[in-house]
Amino acid sequence: MMRNLRVVIAKPGLDGHDRGAKVIARALRDAGMEVIYTGLRQTPEQIVSAALQEDADVIGLSILSGAHNHIAPRLMALLKEEGLDDVLVLIGGIIPDVDIPKLEAIGVGGIFLPGTPMQKIIDFINANARTRV
Amino acid sequence: MKAAVVTDRFTTISGRPINRLYTRDDLQGIDYTRDIGDPGVFPYTRGIHPTGYHGKLWTMRQFAGFGTPEDTNRRYRALGAAGGTGLSVAFDLPTLMGRDPDHPLSLGEVGKCGVNVTSLADMETLFDGIRLGGITTSMTINSPAAMLFAMYLVVAEQQDADWTTLSGTIQNDILKEFIAQKEYIFPPRPSMRLITDIFAFCSREVPAWNTISVSGYHIREAGATAAQELAFTLRDGIEYVQWGVDAGLAVDDFVPRMSFFFNAHSDFFEEIAKYRAARALWAQAMRDRFGATSERSWKLRFHAQTAGVSLTSQQPYNNVVRTALQAMAAVLGGTNSLHTNSLDEALALPTEEAATLALRTQQIIAYESGVTGIVDALGGSYFVEKLTKDLEDESRACFDTIDRMGGMVEAIERGFPQQEIAESAYRFQQAVERKDKVIVGVNDFVQEDEAPIQTLYIDERAGDTQLAKLETLKRTRDGDRVRRALDRMRDAAATDLSLMPPILEAVRAYATIGEMCDVLRDVWGEYEEVPVI
Repeated sequence: MMRNLRVVIAKPGLDGHDRGAKVIARALRDAGMEVIYTGLRQTPEQIVSAALQEDADVIGLSILSGAHNHIAPRLMALLKEEGLDDVLVLIGGIIPDVDIPKLEAIGVGGIFLPGTPMQKIIDFINANARTRV
Repeated sequence: MKAAVVTDRFTTISGRPINRLYTRDDLQGIDYTRDIGDPGVFPYTRGIHPTGYHGKLWTMRQFAGFGTPEDTNRRYRALGAAGGTGLSVAFDLPTLMGRDPDHPLSLGEVGKCGVNVTSLADMETLFDGIRLGGITTSMTINSPAAMLFAMYLVVAEQQDADWTTLSGTIQNDILKEFIAQKEYIFPPRPSMRLITDIFAFCSREVPAWNTISVSGYHIREAGATAAQELAFTLRDGIEYVQWGVDAGLAVDDFVPRMSFFFNAHSDFFEEIAKYRAARALWAQAMRDRFGATSERSWKLRFHAQTAGVSLTSQQPYNNVVRTALQAMAAVLGGTNSLHTNSLDEALALPTEEAATLALRTQQIIAYESGVTGIVDALGGSYFVEKLTKDLEDESRACFDTIDRMGGMVEAIERGFPQQEIAESAYRFQQAVERKDKVIVGVNDFVQEDEAPIQTLYIDERAGDTQLAKLETLKRTRDGDRVRRALDRMRDAAATDLSLMPPILEAVRAYATIGEMCDVLRDVWGEYEEVPVI
């Protein structure tokens, strides 16, 4: 039997606005996923280590402060180093249009802007994540 | 058989059920003199000024800050030229979190969400050409409020402005950081002590300064209902007063300098009732709970900001309408100061054009709508009076709950307000998903082919500039003087001596925000919350 998808929701950077991270964490949990919320101010290193420890299939980053161009490349590089390149990485938050192609090019699997229905994110994860073996 | 009226749809945005019609029966139990009072008369439900806006309009205070101090200084001059009547400083995350631009956690954050101020040198640049003796300035700064305030005082000193004439506000509200916005550094108890040090210092040295802006804004943005925003904010206010009293201050010496900051959300009447209830609750708490005898302690003054969380990235021009309605509610509720959000703020920090339109929204309300002519025009409305009373009653019940826990600090340590707000946020999101609550352009009336609007893009230059300035500063300042000042801060932090004098000394020596906060981190430790979802 397939186990449930395991999702690490993380809040990198200095920002403390955690409403979005907490709401999506609950929505994914209610949709049957195993959700681990890291809490605030996680470095890319801490997030990757949480993903490794928790055997995550998905990492969801909540970034509102504009620091995504620094955080995402670092995180993607670390995932590769750890052999976790098959983990689906998603970003939710405020991301300027011009930055979206750059983030997609480094392997971010999905970017969800303000106002995205929770169901759309749940469906996206179910369609694109696979339980790791 | 199908009911003629679908009543479930009629709840406020907070989920409060409302009746189809309110009548005089709803006013039963409300005594006009005791519970409402004329404007300018206890308990100030109808306003703190008998003349409303006849005497003075609210202050049009637009929150602004981005990039380097040079960038923001230019924006302040533009806002002043457009008719803004007060400055309001938005700091970036490294400044808010007490980190220098060269700290690893500052990577990519410098100048992004506000202006970066690392030392006195940056504060000098920020207010270059602006006379601090002639304006009022609000600074949104909390954990390191004492340090940024000290920088402001030293800039005023350099301009030969007398501290006793300075007027403005520091947010300085750490409780709502633990509850909602989460930009805390130190644990709750030493953080509270830093705040009472500021109360005591200002009552002697900067008597016209608003020492705290007890904030419901962020509590609401984090997902609280109107009732939760009201109750938690007022209970935070009570907590600060209690700590001040416990630190040996006389209530009437510091409470008159406390001010409040509320959200102006989308549910028109609920917001108006909230402001009215806030004034009555505060007046009663100050008089009856703390025995304040000065009317100035009883009068709740507040700033309002339209709800950032209500702005949508979809069809952004709709945000102009939302903001105008929210601002109107704040004005009808008697706000003393107002910030209106810009239409592009779900996407980025605002462009100058968008910020100007937001200011124009206030000016149109003030000069064209006619609502400023009447004090509390909605007073006596069956609905508004009933809603005001219900919100008051619910807040008092919440005060009792928090009192039973031992106070707000204890409630926060247990995660009580945090959990309540997370619940409300999730319930609201579910209502949006089910379309029980319609958000125009988001879950209904959606438009597929939207043309993007121009937004402000903040690049990495601010970070590079601030890093270079920091290196130069460290080379050119008197390092021994900095070390001595930081040592004095450390000594004061370990005792109960006031921290303001050593902080002022460190600021004058050009110690950085990171250096000053690190000293306090060493002595007090850092706060880490247990995340709840």
